[in-house]
Amino acid sequence: MALRPEHELHGRRRGRNTGLLVVLALFVALIFGMTVVKISNGHMMEGFDHQPRTSLIPAEGDGDAPAGDIPAAEDEEEGQ
Amino acid sequence: MTEANAYEGPVEAQFGDYIALLKPRVMSLVVFTAFVGLWVAPGQMDPFLAFCSILFIAIGGGASGALNMWYDSDIDAVMRRTQDRPVPAGLIGREEALALGIGLSILSVMMLGLAANWFAAGFLAFTIFFYAVVYTIWLKRSTPQNIVIGGAAGAFPPMIGWACVTGGIGIESLLMFALVFFWTPPHFWALALFMRDDYSKAGVPMLTVTNGRRSTRRHIFAYTLVLAPFAIWLGLTSVGGPLYLAVSAVLNALFILGGWRILRRDEVAAEADGYTVEKRYFRFSLYYTFLHFLALLAQGWVGGW
Repeated sequence: MALRPEHELHGRRRGRNTGLLVVLALFVALIFGMTVVKISNGHMMEGFDHQPRTSLIPAEGDGDAPAGDIPAAEDEEEGQ
Repeated sequence: MTEANAYEGPVEAQFGDYIALLKPRVMSLVVFTAFVGLWVAPGQMDPFLAFCSILFIAIGGGASGALNMWYDSDIDAVMRRTQDRPVPAGLIGREEALALGIGLSILSVMMLGLAANWFAAGFLAFTIFFYAVVYTIWLKRSTPQNIVIGGAAGAFPPMIGWACVTGGIGIESLLMFALVFFWTPPHFWALALFMRDDYSKAGVPMLTVTNGRRSTRRHIFAYTLVLAPFAIWLGLTSVGGPLYLAVSAVLNALFILGGWRILRRDEVAAEADGYTVEKRYFRFSLYYTFLHFLALLAQGWVGGW
């Protein structure tokens, strides 16, 4: 005899629990898929992280494009 | 000998009963019209995000269905058409339906905001509020125009689909709204004509009960006349085209003809043949919206004007 015989309740609820498991798994997959799509289609998602980074400093004359080639800023970051 | 742990309580809800709480048949209409709204809208959307958006609009629709079943469980228990629903059947408690409705409402709105944009999400929140509070709680039991107001909630999904892509409202999406909005009353009043006693037993002020069946027949015909120009007008916008216009012209002619037949009949004749004309009209009204939106979809596929 099994140590803990399955309660009849568990049998009755199996369908419900399996359904919920499937729904939750699909939800996780959906969130993952949305994340992948957003990151691969999205714009730059880097934010300020209490550390000046060259990629976040706008280039002169262009407000949007990141400026990775400003030597002064790079030096500043390395110095920290 | 009986099992010591045998459970003698009431029948327990299965997973399918929770799905039934979300009114899957209404959801299928929501999914279809929202999809068409999204498909014909000008602009680009990632297919996966579009799929997610439709799904969350459907879940929002389901959530308002659950809230409706929570509030209306007393009248659902009286009406033959609805007494097998999970709450009146005793499978799911009222509180559980309320909790599921609120939970899924919040989830669907937040997720639609993340998948599409926050305008569409706000629109979905407004639709759920409109159906659950304005229609179900406030107006359904107090005015014979309940169906007209409830129809607005059912007419929002194509506008939400459109908003997912464009982030706003356009004349095309307003006309898609009008198409469903003016279609709903004749559709439900035809049902009320042959579901005779149900609504009066439940105390819902259906037009058939408050204004009489003669007046209901007049209303049905009048609405088919109001509906037709909006349906045709949609065909003249950027989402329309010759295919849609042809389909719409035929469907509206048939719909008006059906409304005319209903208007010309009296109760004696209707009762004698078991409401054949009314039942046929109700069935046709289902095809009416489906084919209109299908025509929009096809027109979008082949290109419009």
